[in-house]
Amino acid sequence: MSIYLNSDSKIIVQGITGGMGAKHTALMLDSGAQIVGGVNARKAGTTVEHKDHEGNDVTLPVFGTVKEAMAETGANVSVLFVPPAFTKDAAIEAIDADMPLIVVITEGVPVQDTAEVWAYLQGKSTRMIGPNCPGIITPGESLAGITPHTITGKGPIGLVSKSGTLTYQMMYELKDLGFSTAIGIGGDPIVGTTHIDALEAFENDPETKAIVMIGEIGGDAEERAAAYIAEHVTKPVVGYVAGFTAPEGKTMGHAGAIVSGSAGTAQAKKEALEAVGVKVGKTPSETATLMREILQTV
Amino acid sequence: MDLFEYQARDIFEKHGVPVLGGVVATTPEEARAGAEKLGGGTVVVKAQVKTGGRGKAGGVKLAHSPDEAAQKAEEILGMDIKGHTVHRVMVAAGAKIAEEFYFSVLLDRSNRNYLAMCSVEGGVEIEQLAVERPEALAKVAVDPIVGIDEAKAAEIVDAAGFADELKAPVADAILKLWTVFTAEDATLVEVNPLVRTEDGAIIALDGKVTLDENASEVRHPDHEALEDKESTDPLEAKAKANGLNYVKLDGEVGIIGNGAGLVMSTLDVVAYAGEEHGGVKPANFLDIGGGANAQVMANGLDVILHDPQVKSVFVNVFGGITACDEVAKGIVGALEILGDEATKPLVVRLDGNNVALGRQILADAAHPLVTLADTMDGGADTAAAKAAAAA
Repeated sequence: MSIYLNSDSKIIVQGITGGMGAKHTALMLDSGAQIVGGVNARKAGTTVEHKDHEGNDVTLPVFGTVKEAMAETGANVSVLFVPPAFTKDAAIEAIDADMPLIVVITEGVPVQDTAEVWAYLQGKSTRMIGPNCPGIITPGESLAGITPHTITGKGPIGLVSKSGTLTYQMMYELKDLGFSTAIGIGGDPIVGTTHIDALEAFENDPETKAIVMIGEIGGDAEERAAAYIAEHVTKPVVGYVAGFTAPEGKTMGHAGAIVSGSAGTAQAKKEALEAVGVKVGKTPSETATLMREILQTV
Repeated sequence: MDLFEYQARDIFEKHGVPVLGGVVATTPEEARAGAEKLGGGTVVVKAQVKTGGRGKAGGVKLAHSPDEAAQKAEEILGMDIKGHTVHRVMVAAGAKIAEEFYFSVLLDRSNRNYLAMCSVEGGVEIEQLAVERPEALAKVAVDPIVGIDEAKAAEIVDAAGFADELKAPVADAILKLWTVFTAEDATLVEVNPLVRTEDGAIIALDGKVTLDENASEVRHPDHEALEDKESTDPLEAKAKANGLNYVKLDGEVGIIGNGAGLVMSTLDVVAYAGEEHGGVKPANFLDIGGGANAQVMANGLDVILHDPQVKSVFVNVFGGITACDEVAKGIVGALEILGDEATKPLVVRLDGNNVALGRQILADAAHPLVTLADTMDGGADTAAAKAAAAA
């Protein structure tokens, strides 16, 4: 088991012919993920050549629309490597096609575009992960995004994080134990899947024994997650928050990572998590140590 | 990006929001000319700083003639308001204010939509009003697809409790402010105060606008002209010109990493390590981004090694998309280019994609300034110790 993504997931790539799309299509195939095609309206009817994880040649069809790609391939996941100016339209196209899961990797999407996409998918069947995220990996089964599949394998830990490289660092720290699913939700002010969504899914996933939650400065998502954990999560959660040294008013790389006034500080997030019994590591390595201790007890 | 008041005023005017005349000035002479341009009568000379409380700090003064405007500008220019030096003033036409209101519309992260806030009690600290008398501040959710249309504007003025004769003109101003919000891709448009003058006009007297930098990059090339280049740290400007995500901080250990989260985490780990080494602190945030190549790494090092405060550098890279051999090549290449100019010790921790190759490149180069670290914690400790030793 896993959350959102497994070995049965059939993935298409919107933007499969672009530089990023082509590079990561190759890496996703190398992980063993089922990539079944791509979308580019201007290159409909053509194909792209890749290798699968055993080194065999793979010819992937390029479709004109998401709807067509789904009808022809049975795809149920779409990964978006579309430039930021066109991300909104690409996401809406996938939502209109009732794509069950869309993973928006693109960085730099205007936040009003994301707000519109989020409003648009209310009441629809699509789940969106991202934008500005590394995507999701279920080690040994599938990869929809850019997380390196070589860090670690399958295991009992569920991971949810705003940050890509911190996800990798944490997977690396715990590589001997492995992960059920690791999901990077993205660092933008509005994202489709939140810490709370992932916590709920991990709570319901029998394979996940414990959860690592990685947050960072900005917004109140971690505080809200803490309140959710208190009410709904029975599995042990270990937390980590980045950005204790970040000054007020300076955006730290992610559009959402900014401390404004008294809101959004790492200290406030740590305190909110600790108040509901979540152990919070001071550093990634200490967080990994806390997770090891907890896993020995479950 | 936060705008200055005068920039907000100009943008309001562009979209038809009723504003008073205002002229920006960087010298007393320009302030005099501005006051003359506004008719030579009473004007307000206002410090242009991106912080609140300028009135209390003496940054807003009334002037009854162009000469007095020049004199007040002279007093205000160069003033320090909460750490912000005043480089500009706005000379604004005076108004006879009858009533002060409040309006804002902003991105609501928690609810993933927009929020309009409105009050008939403007001119005060709105955060204070929200805490002390929340019932006096109307909050109305705005759907990002529907936006503020006439019905929503009417809902907002009703909720705020405007007198009947004011509802139509205030709603009209709100519709125009909504145009500012969407047309310019703002995350905040705030007017405080929105006023009714004695002759009955509704005017946006002071505005605050925050623009979404992602959107500016994608579809507003004109926004680049709004950047405050004077107040930007020269190293930050240099980094930006090279497409690097850099924030200057007050410390001794230069930091380079990949990915915003890992870099923030690296700053924290270095700060903890610094507690054991004479209190040294991280000197900057620098994210070389995903898939960085040797040139990007070299550009990053170049910025950091030119920060005179930096005593040591910690390079912390986890290669996901980024290949560690590229990072190593960038370090070796940058040190070659800098030659004798490079005098600061570098501690390098690499893990992930192509790590063996990356470490080998650094080991082969055997540069006397470079130390390899096995872990993030170990690297932070070594870098902090080296900074403390050099301080």
